[in-house]
Amino acid sequence: MALLEVQGVGKTFGALRALDGVDVSVRANTFHGLIGPNGSGKSTLLKAIAGAHLADDGTITFDGSDITKMRAADRARRGLSLKFQITAVLPELSVYDNLLLSIQADEPVWALVRSRSRGEAHDRVMDALERFRLADRADDLAGELSHGLQQWLEIAMALMRRPKLLLLDEPTGGMSPEERRATGELLMPIKADCALVIVEHDLDFIKDICDHLTVLDQGRVLDDGTVAEIEASPKVQEVYTTRV
Amino acid sequence: MADIAQSGPKIARRPTRVIPIVEAVLLALLIAMPLLVSDFLTVIITRMIILAMLAISFDLCWGYSGIMTFGQALYFGMAGYVVALLANKTGFVQFWGVIPIGMATGLLAALFIGWFLLLGKRTPEIIFVALGTLTASYAAERMVAGWQWVGAGNGMSVFDFLKIGDYELEPGIVFYYIAAAILVLVYLASRYLVRSQFGLVLAGMRQNEERLAFFGYKVQVFKALVFCFAGMIAGLSGALYAYHEGFIGPGSMGIVLSTYAVLYGLFGGAGTLLGPIIGVIAIESISFTLSDLDAVKSFWPVVLGVILLVVVAYKPTGLLGFVLSQRERIGTFGIGTARRDANPRKSDDGAA
Repeated sequence: MALLEVQGVGKTFGALRALDGVDVSVRANTFHGLIGPNGSGKSTLLKAIAGAHLADDGTITFDGSDITKMRAADRARRGLSLKFQITAVLPELSVYDNLLLSIQADEPVWALVRSRSRGEAHDRVMDALERFRLADRADDLAGELSHGLQQWLEIAMALMRRPKLLLLDEPTGGMSPEERRATGELLMPIKADCALVIVEHDLDFIKDICDHLTVLDQGRVLDDGTVAEIEASPKVQEVYTTRV
Repeated sequence: MADIAQSGPKIARRPTRVIPIVEAVLLALLIAMPLLVSDFLTVIITRMIILAMLAISFDLCWGYSGIMTFGQALYFGMAGYVVALLANKTGFVQFWGVIPIGMATGLLAALFIGWFLLLGKRTPEIIFVALGTLTASYAAERMVAGWQWVGAGNGMSVFDFLKIGDYELEPGIVFYYIAAAILVLVYLASRYLVRSQFGLVLAGMRQNEERLAFFGYKVQVFKALVFCFAGMIAGLSGALYAYHEGFIGPGSMGIVLSTYAVLYGLFGGAGTLLGPIIGVIAIESISFTLSDLDAVKSFWPVVLGVILLVVVAYKPTGLLGFVLSQRERIGTFGIGTARRDANPRKSDDGAA
């Protein structure tokens, strides 16, 4: 059974039909890429899954539950985690506190008032800082980090909650080739614990890490399959050679 | 490794912390003041101490939670009326009952208002909450001003003194120290809250509310909780005020006092808890001095208004902002990295 099942999802903004009957299925512990030309609906689909936009029609099922009309906070509590396209770290908090904030969301309010999990969370925060090569910057404000480090911090924040499904919107945007390679290295170990849906323009990056690809074009699914199948698809080749 | 990771270890910055110094100075003043000034001024300063609690309640809402409340006087005044009615109708004036009743009144009133304004399906806009709280405060003021049972426009006098056992708490040095002790407790409880992991959520909320929803936080619930806690503090303040002044009137729950609460917070420095206390001291002292100066006696509120406008417009972080850095104002919330340095197993040897 698929971890995430998107069936016939549509979304309209004014006169623009951003998504039109989109079907996507994501299995647990797989990396699933969403690719397509600019304006094809990739980010909109990711936001519809995360709850930033509510789908106008269709259904989204996650881990056996219908989440189509669920609020973003409730989806997050069920194990969905999103990294925004534009980095959304909390710039006036320290790097350490950004991670602590992401880790403690499931704590009851009274436990937060009493700061009961501060000690327990410490080791997990420190591990994440080491893993994402941020340990030396732990006490710096997140807003003082370079763009690339902010991207890593945000991925780390998204992973801190131990999600079942991580949604990444252009995680390597603005990074150098070396930084992209390092990002791939950071992502690969998480496959044992969670599935990943990733929107990315860098096709080499996405081919390196993904098991499965869905190609969107003008709000519809153009093709869907393994990396090899998509690479051999004439429909996809046509879109990428004529319009990208 | 990637160049973004090659930032190198930084030398820890240890800037002087201003907050403990300001806390110590204010506490010393609080303890020494009645010994240095006349009985008359002790009563005036007691009123400032009581209003400082109202100002802290505003700061919890706006400075820490992004709730622009223009109606804090509603909880203050409502609690004042309830304890005044209890005193006048039943003769109940015991401190240990009056204070919790004032707090409960403020809490319940804030719960009622917060339910409508904050707990909707969507996170409300700042302006919606500002107008909603302003309207509630204005409506309550008009309502009591026309209600004979609570004295209508004349308000209610509280003829009895607050009592601890058989001891009557007249306005004066004993009342001063009790009010001061309560202010210290209110400050410490508020500080504990805003520096806890709960406070970290508030700090995150102020910077990016939407982001917090994607972590799974129900932002409105956090706002409503702070709003109720602040209402409880305003209620406590109002109960003390009614007994200290021996009077409670419609103006004590209306928009003028609500606006003063906003000004205390913004003038002193919102988001600091200490700023509102400084704001009350500064505004009330300036008002007290100007109203007694022959040169400006007839138009002193205009002079006060100009001073407030200049500070709020040119120093949005308020008076405390002149000495307090933004970093210290926001603070840190975790254990910090000291433990990592003490325990190298996770940091440098790759054992993690």
